[in-house]
Amino acid sequence: MKPAPFTYHRPRTIDETVHLLAELAPLEGRVLAGGQSLVPIMAFRLARPAHLVDINAVAGLDGLSTRDGVLRIGARVRHAAFHRQVVDGPLGAMLAQVVRHIAHYPIRMRGTFCGSLAHADPAAEWGVVAATLDAELVAVGMRGERRLAAGDFFHGAMETALIPDELLTEARLPILPQGTRFGFSEFSRRAGDYAMAMALAVLRLEGGVIAAPRIGLGGAEAAPRRIEAAEAVLCGEAPGEAVFRAAAEAAAAAILPLEDPETDAQYRGELVEAMVYRALTQACAPGARA
Amino acid sequence: MTELALVTLNINGKSHALRVEPRLTLLDAIRDQCGLTGTHMGCEHGVCGACTVLFDGDPVRACLMFAVQAEGSLVRTVEGLAEGGELNPVQRAFIAHHGVQCGFCTPGFLMLATGILEKDPDIGEDELIEVLSSNLCRCTGYRGILAAVKAALAEMRGTKR
Amino acid sequence: MSVELKPPSGRVLGRSVTRLEDPPLVTGRGRFVGDISFPHQLHMRVVRSPYAHAVLRAVDIAAALETPGVVAVWTGAEIADLPPIDFRDPAGEALRPYRQPLLARDRLRYVGEPVAAVFATDAYLAEDAADLVTVEAEELPPLLDAAAEPGTFAAGLSTEAVALRAGYGDVDAIFASAHAVIALDLEIGRHSGVPLETRGALAHYDPMRDVLDLYGAAKVPHRNRDALARMFGRSAAAVVLKEGSTGGGFGIRGELYPEDFLVCLAALRLQRPVKWIEDRREHLMAANHSRQQRHQARIAVDAEGQVLALEDEFFLDQGAYVRTHGARVPEMTMAMLPGPYRIPSYRVTGHFRLTNKTPAATYRAPGRYEGSFVRERLIDAVADRLGLDRITVRRRNLITAAEMPFTRALSALGTDIVYDSGDYALLLDKALARIGWEHLQAELKRRRAQGELVGAGIGIFVDKGGLGPLDGTRISVDTSGAVELVTGGSNVGQGFVTAMAQICADTLGVDYRRVRVVYGQTDRIQYGIGAHASRASVMTGGATHAAALKVRGKALEMAAGLLQARVEELDIVDGVVIRRDRPEGPSIALGDIARHLAPDSPLLGERDPGLSAEGWFRADHMTYPYGVQIAVVRVDRDTGGVTVERYLCAYDIGRSINPMLVEGQLVGGVVQGLGGALSEEFRYDERGEPLSVTLADYLMPTARDIPPIEILITEDAPSPLNPLGIKSAGEGGITPVGAVIASAIDEATGIPGGVTRLPMTPARVKALLRAKADTTDGARKVTP
Repeated sequence: MKPAPFTYHRPRTIDETVHLLAELAPLEGRVLAGGQSLVPIMAFRLARPAHLVDINAVAGLDGLSTRDGVLRIGARVRHAAFHRQVVDGPLGAMLAQVVRHIAHYPIRMRGTFCGSLAHADPAAEWGVVAATLDAELVAVGMRGERRLAAGDFFHGAMETALIPDELLTEARLPILPQGTRFGFSEFSRRAGDYAMAMALAVLRLEGGVIAAPRIGLGGAEAAPRRIEAAEAVLCGEAPGEAVFRAAAEAAAAAILPLEDPETDAQYRGELVEAMVYRALTQACAPGARA
Repeated sequence: MTELALVTLNINGKSHALRVEPRLTLLDAIRDQCGLTGTHMGCEHGVCGACTVLFDGDPVRACLMFAVQAEGSLVRTVEGLAEGGELNPVQRAFIAHHGVQCGFCTPGFLMLATGILEKDPDIGEDELIEVLSSNLCRCTGYRGILAAVKAALAEMRGTKR
Repeated sequence: MSVELKPPSGRVLGRSVTRLEDPPLVTGRGRFVGDISFPHQLHMRVVRSPYAHAVLRAVDIAAALETPGVVAVWTGAEIADLPPIDFRDPAGEALRPYRQPLLARDRLRYVGEPVAAVFATDAYLAEDAADLVTVEAEELPPLLDAAAEPGTFAAGLSTEAVALRAGYGDVDAIFASAHAVIALDLEIGRHSGVPLETRGALAHYDPMRDVLDLYGAAKVPHRNRDALARMFGRSAAAVVLKEGSTGGGFGIRGELYPEDFLVCLAALRLQRPVKWIEDRREHLMAANHSRQQRHQARIAVDAEGQVLALEDEFFLDQGAYVRTHGARVPEMTMAMLPGPYRIPSYRVTGHFRLTNKTPAATYRAPGRYEGSFVRERLIDAVADRLGLDRITVRRRNLITAAEMPFTRALSALGTDIVYDSGDYALLLDKALARIGWEHLQAELKRRRAQGELVGAGIGIFVDKGGLGPLDGTRISVDTSGAVELVTGGSNVGQGFVTAMAQICADTLGVDYRRVRVVYGQTDRIQYGIGAHASRASVMTGGATHAAALKVRGKALEMAAGLLQARVEELDIVDGVVIRRDRPEGPSIALGDIARHLAPDSPLLGERDPGLSAEGWFRADHMTYPYGVQIAVVRVDRDTGGVTVERYLCAYDIGRSINPMLVEGQLVGGVVQGLGGALSEEFRYDERGEPLSVTLADYLMPTARDIPPIEILITEDAPSPLNPLGIKSAGEGGITPVGAVIASAIDEATGIPGGVTRLPMTPARVKALLRAKADTTDGARKVTP
């Protein structure tokens, strides 16, 4: 399972990268970041890019910092960076919890946060995080910089709003204020396998009731997204089993489920329900604050 | 055939100057160009971990990297674990605790375990098992492997004090 | 670099000494076939059928031939003179038309079938060229269900290759009058060994010696050597198989596949070494599959749950061709299905059917994994129907120790089934005591009352080992005292070298680390049985023991003269002959005795020179180790996920050579068994396209998926069939796991008989729970 031949490019600057992509994307050129998703596909020869633009030496893409209430994650930042909390507070804690579900340790040593978003596998954990938190994605191409809202970014399975000659240079996640609660639950065949359904619940408890709930789903549909129907059920309600169940049912009812020989629509819905329920229970457990 | 690239691989402290196609994987370069066949090829799509090497100290899958990407980095393979004829604690533990049957997955596990124990010597048991679940073994059922790695961890912790 | 293994003290047989195989393996200096290369070698890449079933019209190799680095491209036409692959043992004439050609001729029968072979100067170029070969074919509807009406394999040939029948007793009369009859329709999913090293071969023809060397041999090197020699019209001595390190076998590796023949033929015809290493995708669709059987079985019992008769009709999904095993798998299924129970009457029909899937053959405990599932499901069903305890029903039916040797009126593998020894009830008692069955049941009941879906399952089985008829080894001691043991065996990772060295060392009186064991080199010994069917410990072990006794005898006879003592007064300890009554007194090392036995030694006399001997071991019947396994599982109500919380594997192996190695085999087998019970399956779509072609689709257990596994090895029933009492242990871990997990899931879900197929994926478990919830009015609760 050897890849088909390609010409290899290793730019040093973003500018160089952009120019290369402009020239090569129309000639089946692709970005090589972590390679943990792209290289297997090349090994199966399902993808035969004639050019690979390796961004692992590009300056200015390895930033991981907070500014103006936003966590900025550069294109070269690897999953493993999130094993430790990268920022104090609920966001850092959430990322450190979610990252454990991504594939396996050696994959996380190379794979990148932004690469995962750009690859847009429906079962990618960072996709759910980005969608749930309404992340902002920064794309750079010959036409300059574009800022895309997560809600507009994921178009479908392996499809994003990026045009072929654009590089996703940064993902921006809002720093969650102290007191924000979260819960994440995923079901897969074995630990590290692609999720068959996953849910991220983010909310606040104010005056004993749920405020600003966000419910994001992944692995269940072609693209990750927030489920407003579930959020509507939760808003203003006191946390409790019945409310969680109602929100979970609403989520399951709202999806256009992915189906495959293993998982039909009904089972997918049951999994979504279970994951949403568990995420909510986690989020509202006493002492669940970060 | 694409233009050959010049790349120097640093493996176990020794330099190997190569002229390779960009598509040559790091795994194939290590095995075929450098003659270090201890790193094994089990799936070539990044699932089994038989090809695990240490890349600048990190356990990675050599089948998912290209040799041309390794310029300037330090690669360690199973052949580099023993120092001066002395097996490292993980190798010794694999023998003592029957962590080896056919031996095909063994180098990958040795590198994974050595890497994680060097990076994170205070790692907890649950997390250690999580890391070890990265690699597949078909013969042992993992029990001997887990026993060996835990014993190596205990020894390495003991030696530190 | 030398590695010191800890020196043993005293006798080594039965001790958990560390393995001789390990030092090179932990330093990355094993010699797997992929590690070997010759100058100017060519790489072979196989072009495989993209169709499950089609009429092959043309194979266009023009573009491939133009590719730089390509030296040759073959299709079926280029090798039309070669016959299809024969069976390893003589099989019925009826099966011969179903043998596989080396490259497809006029029909494509499974996705993955070899259609063409490209030979190029490197593996990357070979794959590039292979991509350019186009296959022109007219698709035909695929046959994908072995239980459906058979179709046409070829003119005048049904896809039912043969229907085998066996049994004893008047089954019909018994069913007509029994107190209770239960019928089940059960399925075992298609899965297989999937070793971590894919298949590979490297052939090198040496014109100087006129010998074709083949590297990458395993399992049955001598038999394979003979088959290759026959295929190419060479004498057996002109083909040498060489086994190095082998990355797992499990029955899959070491059978002769089309690729092995193609590699050899290419080395002969292209006059260059030819190397082939398959990739993982190829492996999953071209190496032997196994296990897929559908059984329609019924059991007749009396009011106390005593089995009166068992009848079974099953359909084995053989895939597209019959490979080297002929009909062994259905034979073994039929012969071993009754297991440890008396089963006074039995009738079984095995439909051996071809479909358009990857061909199937033996995988660890072939026929017994499947048969145990069927048998134990039936017994559980009896217990449920009669309202009896599952253990009680089993006890009532177990063959007793007093009935040993127990003859089953059946045969398999050319021998009749006679259980040599066994105390099944005793092992059952020990297993129950070890797990604390009563306490466990109470605990699980308490947990179920609190809403957890937890349960325990049990299975009892008999396995087989020690298949004869004969094996031989040769031992020689050199003048330095080093011992060489030459066997015709095979080392697939199970510790063959260490086990044989232990037997040799223990019998001869030397340090096991001084024993060099030769295996898998067909030019070092004339005859060999390899390693499969759990026979090496018994057969090669027996022959080693015999040879070592002879060498010991020779040494003591010589030493007696030199030390002026009688043979009975002497012993050999750590390679030195000493007087038992004066161990510190005069002694002589084996190396010195070897020197005195050299051809030019003045002390040789009329003796044959050399401190060496051959030993042979014969066996007419197999040995029958037996076991009990128990599992505790927890089912997730919402997802259907199954967690195995605890697992006990109890096994009586007669006599253990090295308990650590035995445990390793059993644990490894249990985990493979769990894979087959819960997650491993080769699935196909309706066009016959295989869906499980990556390790992300074919799901094998990882270190996080395993329960704590307790092993209880007993030696309560040594085999009377060999002097060491060995029964063998290689397959006993895996055999009943499917049955045991099914039993446990039934108890956990509260749905007796719910599990009728394997693997029980979460989706299937969830479907069971959903069906149960739909029929009862229980409120569905989503658990946190």
